[in-house]
Amino acid sequence: MSLEFSALEQQMLAQIADLEGDPTGAYNVRINGESYARMSTDNVKITPKKGQAGIDVVVKPNVKGESVHIPVIITDSGRKELVYNDFYIGKGADVTIVAGCGIDNCGGEDAQHDGVHAFHLGKGSRVKYVEKHLGSGAGSGGRILNPVTKIEQDAGSNFELSTVQLGGVTRAVRTTTAKLGAGAKLHITERILTSDRQTAKTQFDVTLAGKGSAVEVVSRAVARNHSQQEFISHVRGTTQCYGRVECDGIMLDKAVIRSTPQISAENVDATLTHEATIGKIAGEQLIKLQTLGLTVEDAENMIIQGFLA
Amino acid sequence: MLQLQDIVYSVPDGKGRKTILDGVNLTFNDGERIVITGHNGSGKTTLAKIIMGIIQPDRGRIILNGEDITKLDVTARAKKGMAFAFQQPVRFKGLTVGDLLQVAHGRFALRSELCEYLSAVGLCAADYLDRELSGELSGGELKRIEIAMALLRDGAVTVFDEPEAGIDLWSFDNLIDAFDTLKDGKKITIIISHQERVMRSADQLVVMQSGQVQQVGTPAEVLKVIRPATPCAKLQRSQK
Repeated sequence: MSLEFSALEQQMLAQIADLEGDPTGAYNVRINGESYARMSTDNVKITPKKGQAGIDVVVKPNVKGESVHIPVIITDSGRKELVYNDFYIGKGADVTIVAGCGIDNCGGEDAQHDGVHAFHLGKGSRVKYVEKHLGSGAGSGGRILNPVTKIEQDAGSNFELSTVQLGGVTRAVRTTTAKLGAGAKLHITERILTSDRQTAKTQFDVTLAGKGSAVEVVSRAVARNHSQQEFISHVRGTTQCYGRVECDGIMLDKAVIRSTPQISAENVDATLTHEATIGKIAGEQLIKLQTLGLTVEDAENMIIQGFLA
Repeated sequence: MLQLQDIVYSVPDGKGRKTILDGVNLTFNDGERIVITGHNGSGKTTLAKIIMGIIQPDRGRIILNGEDITKLDVTARAKKGMAFAFQQPVRFKGLTVGDLLQVAHGRFALRSELCEYLSAVGLCAADYLDRELSGELSGGELKRIEIAMALLRDGAVTVFDEPEAGIDLWSFDNLIDAFDTLKDGKKITIIISHQERVMRSADQLVVMQSGQVQQVGTPAEVLKVIRPATPCAKLQRSQK
């Protein structure tokens, strides 16, 4: 049976979850506070939580190449929801999870989605987690997203988190915590675009508790107009481990970006680094692209698109 | 034809203004390769940037094929077929070599087409097109890519600012060959260089000193009156 979506919903699903047509693999599509469609597979079981909004996603051990799509759409002005999703990844499993959220608010009241996602990765498992956030709609009400991601990685597991804020989100606070076991690897990339008077705040708190564990956090922010962004990260190493945090920001107009990278090495064999660069687009970059025939405006757009790609 | 007429450029210093270019007059004919040389601080790079519109002169005019382009900005000059290769290549986070080559090309180009230009500067193209133009490339690689972009523009006027700086001897040989590919028809190639081999390849050699044109002529005419007194000059000769 084919799923039916409005044109707006189809457009949003394509943008936030790369979905065109029916999803393949397991999925749970949430629209305006309700589970609109849900599908489990032999290897991925999705069940609704009892007593609170959200789902449990259980991936069987050692399955390979599975995908899970769990997009959320809100088009009701005034809707506010808090959803708890738990992911249990069996040992040795390899899965891609796409969890986008789009809010289209055409009314005067705020619309808000707070999603709490908890990941439990079994030994040697591998997860690619893609999270895209988008705001749209001509209403004066806010489009607010507060994603919380909690990650527990067992020995030898690998978690790749890609989070993107495509624009139009009035206010967002991203909170990510992670604890890594021996040999576990965590790679986080974050791309955030804000404009007008939007605000976005990111908080990463990663503990490298297992020997040989490693984390890399790469954050790129573009803030236009009067928007404000804040990046706070804390990587803590308690054993032989490797951690690297890189935060780059481009500001235009009257925007503000604040970055607070913190690293705590609590073992002599912990190697932790951070670097942060914030500033306007370099004049030499604009001139270089102008020498190739681009206008200043086109050059700015190309630099920003590349930076956030 | 490109004409520089009475170009004057100065910058503020503690006491007033310091003159960088002081009444430069030069004429470059179609099809010519012009090499501009001179000591550090003689005004070569400033002149190159004024030609491309990156900085504006205090006084003087720049005439391209009879049109006064003095007030045109960099983009407008690029659209008139002027290209520029920077002495220090610019890095871009998130943009790939292929991205910039595609823009330099001006219209959609096949990867194989872009690869040819990278090959011309001694880079194995397939390895480079998808790489980010950032710290992951060495200074020499970035320099060669910078030159490839200028070659790709295939402009009526192409300016290279010290193209030999930062590249190895093998790449330098490729570079000379690449300049030869530009030497056809009506194209003007302007090269800022300290390398004698590059100077000798010129149709017209210009020597700058203290912001003025000291000498203009064929390499044979000019080089015989430049005394090879410095160790640096001797070293360059030994590398020939």
